[in-house]
Amino acid sequence: MQQEALQQGTIDTSYREAVRQAIRDAIMRDERVFLMGEDVGRYGGCYAVSKGLLAEFGPERIRDTPLSESGFTGAGIGAAMAGLRPIVELMTVNFSLLALDQILNTAATVRHMSGNQFGVPLVIRMATGAGRQLAAQHSHSLEGWYAHIPGIKVLAPATLEDARGMLWTALQDPDPVLIFENVMLYNITGNLAADAGPVNIDKAAVRRPGRDVSLITYGGSLWKTLEAATALAAEGIEAEVIDLRSLRPLDDATIMTSVTKTRRAVIIDEGWRSGSLAAEVAMRIVEQAFWELDAPIGRVCSEEVPIPYPRHLENAAIPQAPKIIAAAKAALGRA
Amino acid sequence: MVDFRMPSLGADMEAGTLVEWLVKPGDWVKRGDIVAVVETQKGAIEIETFETGQVEGILVELNSKVPVGTPLARIRTEGEAKAAPVAALSPAAAPVISPPAPAAAPPAIPPAPAPVAPPPSPAVAPAAPARTRISPAARRLAEARSVDPATVTGSGPGGAITYADVARRAAEPTPSSERKRAPTLDLDAMRTAIAAAMARSKREIPHYYLAHQVDVTACEHWLSQKNAALPPDNRLLIGALTLKATALAAHSFPAFNGFYRDNKYEPSEAVHVGVAIAIRGGGLAAPALHDADQLSLDDLMSRMRDLVQRTRAGRIRSSEISDSTITVTSLGERGVETLYGIIYPPQVAIVGFGKVLVRPWVVDGAIGPRSVITITLSADHRVSDGHAGALFLTEIGKLLQEPDKL
Repeated sequence: MQQEALQQGTIDTSYREAVRQAIRDAIMRDERVFLMGEDVGRYGGCYAVSKGLLAEFGPERIRDTPLSESGFTGAGIGAAMAGLRPIVELMTVNFSLLALDQILNTAATVRHMSGNQFGVPLVIRMATGAGRQLAAQHSHSLEGWYAHIPGIKVLAPATLEDARGMLWTALQDPDPVLIFENVMLYNITGNLAADAGPVNIDKAAVRRPGRDVSLITYGGSLWKTLEAATALAAEGIEAEVIDLRSLRPLDDATIMTSVTKTRRAVIIDEGWRSGSLAAEVAMRIVEQAFWELDAPIGRVCSEEVPIPYPRHLENAAIPQAPKIIAAAKAALGRA
Repeated sequence: MVDFRMPSLGADMEAGTLVEWLVKPGDWVKRGDIVAVVETQKGAIEIETFETGQVEGILVELNSKVPVGTPLARIRTEGEAKAAPVAALSPAAAPVISPPAPAAAPPAIPPAPAPVAPPPSPAVAPAAPARTRISPAARRLAEARSVDPATVTGSGPGGAITYADVARRAAEPTPSSERKRAPTLDLDAMRTAIAAAMARSKREIPHYYLAHQVDVTACEHWLSQKNAALPPDNRLLIGALTLKATALAAHSFPAFNGFYRDNKYEPSEAVHVGVAIAIRGGGLAAPALHDADQLSLDDLMSRMRDLVQRTRAGRIRSSEISDSTITVTSLGERGVETLYGIIYPPQVAIVGFGKVLVRPWVVDGAIGPRSVITITLSADHRVSDGHAGALFLTEIGKLLQEPDKL
């Protein structure tokens, strides 16, 4: 794939830049698309994703909003129902709680409540995750909560390709799509095909093939999991790494194909363990692939504490490569 | 009171079949006595006891296959046996041996009335044998291939039987129910064990290989002089010299004598040299010659003869199977010039001796015919490096220059 990209030309870019280009591309391609949220205009976005876009596209397309998540999310829902294609930026998942009523009670239910007379083709982007020492109130990973809700789709782009490509596909969806961008990913850099474009949003991806154990993850934990897989390979354990990409709906087929091959699964999820997305994935494996299993399914989740502020405690509270390695070995009986 | 347990006779052994008891309840045994014969993939092994005392009870019936660690018999150790004469062994009420209690000591826990409901303490292991843990995938495969899970030993988490364990078992030849249980060599099972050990070795151990040609003319001269005075049965072979030289060198170079376990190298103070012995029909075993560096050449030779004879008859002792700290493999007269061995885990080195060949060799500036042997080392690169390996091989070569000092 890399060679192919080289032939077609690649650019050195960052995750942040890839998201920005995705927004630019959407605004230029479709006149119904606009971005709105707190500080997305003059300030350029809390994570500098929309820097320069106000100057390029003007205040009609890049709209600063008051500090009222419920209000502007509701405005986005209304605009979508009326025919526009809004991208609402909720800054972080922590503040999305103030818009939860709009997302859960309105966006997710309108098609059902209106007897299919209205849909909400809305995209809501937000940052998620811990790791930046933002303390207990600003370090949540609640994408698993949102994945609980019928009527919406939930995406977790972890790579440059997905940061660049998921937005356009999400905007084509007739129903609300939530995109969760892990805060630790904005600064990752790499090569992206110069002509990178839309990608599917309904398939999980095998990021590293292996035969001994399936490590199933998404978002910010993908890179820690790949690091763990490299370390495991040095000890002769070939781990297969699955990037879920879409948390709702889940791509059961890719998960079950992998687990059927490796017969062992460990799920890595930055959410808290109890009632986590990891629990859902594990239960689906039990429902659909029980007879293929060789070991209890393992989970590496966040510790069940408010995320601490001190760096060493924050690091200890969320999934890290050594825990993933230990869980993979336990699944192989090599603890 | 101690349990005499099914020993682990090598890293790849998971279970053994008890085929013969050489003691009965009431017999006195001392440390080192052979008390039972266990059949494993390596053949029938005579099992020694580490305890001195009186056999109180036999816990496993003949011809049952039990996992490593299962208590086979109960031995009342010397002190206990004197304190309390033999009591009938009752599994329901194991006798409590306690030192003379002080007068004020509270009585042992009074017998409590049997609880109506089972106590909610799943953490406490029940006395009954635990049910076989078998993974869903393994259970399904076992059904499909008609493998009895009871005959499979598990390698998964908590000793659970995995898919691969069942697949391995299914690939083994099914023992016929009429199979003779007397000590025999099951060459197919031995081949399976060799396959497992060698595959594990090549999978886990980063081998490096060194070779060194050594003039052993001095050894040959010394042997012919020494043997001239000996009856044929007591004559020394060059294999005794190479074994002794290797043992002495291994004692000086601890990086080649020990075990690599759990990502850690444990050098061994004692030198127990595993002697690779070919078995007619295609088997191979490498039982240990204990403390080979301490033995005189005559003792070493007679021990080697005994070991070869017993191995080929299928009677190896338990300590001989698991104790080797380094292995020596020699092809002898029917061999070839050079052989490179595969390390037997968890050991970290194997020394190979090729056939002795007469070669043109430069001695004191002149070319002449000399007897030359190629010594090789396969060693574990996690533990040692080529430099140390070269010194080790060179040391063996030096020792062979003065056979009278071996």
